[in-house]
Amino acid sequence: MMIEFKNVVKQYPNGTIGLNNINLKINEGEFVVIVGLSGAGKSTLLRSINRLHDISSGEITIDGKSVTRAGGKQLRRIRRDIGMIFQSFNLVKRATVLRNVLSGRVGYHSTFSTMFGYFPKEDTEIALDALSRVNIREKAYIRADQLSGGQQQRVSIARALAQKPKVILADEPVASLDPLTTRQVMDDLQRINRELKITTIVNLHFIDLAREYATRIIGLRAGEVVFDGPVSEATDAKFAEIYGRPINEDELLAAEAAKGGVTV
Amino acid sequence: MTPAPTPESAEVGAPPPPPSKKPAPTLDSKGPQRYKMLATWLLFLIVLIACFYQVDANFFDLFSVNARDNMNRILGEMVRPDWSYAEDIWEPMIETVQIAIAATVIGSILAVPVALLAATNVIPKKMVSIPVRMVLNLVRTIPDLLFAAIFVAVFGIGAFAGMLALVFFSFGLVAKLTYEAIEAIDPGPLEAMTSVGANKIQLIVFGVIPQALPYFFSYVLYAFEVNVRAAAVLGFVGAGGIGLHLDQQLNSLRYDRASIIILITLLVVLLIDYASTYLRRKLL
Repeated sequence: MMIEFKNVVKQYPNGTIGLNNINLKINEGEFVVIVGLSGAGKSTLLRSINRLHDISSGEITIDGKSVTRAGGKQLRRIRRDIGMIFQSFNLVKRATVLRNVLSGRVGYHSTFSTMFGYFPKEDTEIALDALSRVNIREKAYIRADQLSGGQQQRVSIARALAQKPKVILADEPVASLDPLTTRQVMDDLQRINRELKITTIVNLHFIDLAREYATRIIGLRAGEVVFDGPVSEATDAKFAEIYGRPINEDELLAAEAAKGGVTV
Repeated sequence: MTPAPTPESAEVGAPPPPPSKKPAPTLDSKGPQRYKMLATWLLFLIVLIACFYQVDANFFDLFSVNARDNMNRILGEMVRPDWSYAEDIWEPMIETVQIAIAATVIGSILAVPVALLAATNVIPKKMVSIPVRMVLNLVRTIPDLLFAAIFVAVFGIGAFAGMLALVFFSFGLVAKLTYEAIEAIDPGPLEAMTSVGANKIQLIVFGVIPQALPYFFSYVLYAFEVNVRAAAVLGFVGAGGIGLHLDQQLNSLRYDRASIIILITLLVVLLIDYASTYLRRKLL
């Protein structure tokens, strides 16, 4: 699926500019990492793709179909094809892992059949397959709050996979994880991108991690795209430009890991 | 957002409110705060004295010869309960509990859709939440005995009127506590359900209900406790249950029988309270 931003502007009611005239084309199968300081508009950009945030003007299209003008059932159909992974996992903690993953399937069923929590057998299989892909199938019948942070994030990846998505959006997926589980989760995302050819867009604040996993890096600063290119062009000097200052230690996962005494 | 304490939650054993994200306000007793405190106490004292005066409160009455004689006589009869009367009382006692069970179940079921409509994180439309909350507040301002009196007038004397009164009471109580619990749930799963393409009902079934259900059950049990206690006095306005018998025995000055009614009611209420508190602790 190709995602296209045309003159996208997001202005908040208080006048703050979130996104300033964004023009982007993201092609099928890419692994795009968006970098930038907090407040640069990374999260707004990501959330405007599945309309968790509305934009003020311009248009976003997916395979030529407008997300901006979609509504009701059409919008829900578009969202169904886009898996999303959040910094805080956003699982129902009291529910089982399987139940959480199955909730990714609701877009495929009528209101009535899902109202009583009924899912056909194929769905359970899709959910269990998704769990296998992130190597936690054996946790299927455990309550989500019994799992570690890294495992919970993999459950949320499985929930996204159960949607059979064409695009995966990940908003700071590793920001609340330790360096070791960070790698496992990023490896999972990379493997899924390669094996299933799912277009993947990830917000990250670790520069070395961005360089390691991305096929393309987009730099945002104050709501504007200030860098867009392959990893080979994203030098330290370029990052300093994106950030408007030299790179800090804490923007490197390796430095974080050394601090915590974990070898990566 | 911590709700103002309601009369119910001020009672002993009220369920804990859902966790609030706001930090507790810190009290600073320095500066102008001190004068404010003094003024508050002064005002409180004035109001208290005015009330005492108005109701002819007289502490000497407590120890008057007349009161002491009455007390001795009544207590004297009460400590010799008429045990043979107990078998006549079990049936109305069971009826009392049945009134409470039926009313709690019906009221709580009715409360579910209303609580969802009143919760602004589920239906973010003021056009819906404000009128729904107004109706809820109205229902909650009417005391259960007043409801009972009205329904006795409409449907005649009997347990049905009492049950109906408690349906309204439990509906108001459970709906209010539940919508406040719903508003305090983690918004993360709601966002996740929106992003997978769920519609409103699917969002409720998969995002809201699993998070709010333990709170809801806890409030239902709490409503049941309160209902049993309320059902025990409904009989005074003719709305069935054990209160009718207590009223009769008191009016015919049979304190030996009144005391057995009180004892049995106490026993049943204690048992139910204990069981319900235990279950609620298990739930949350």
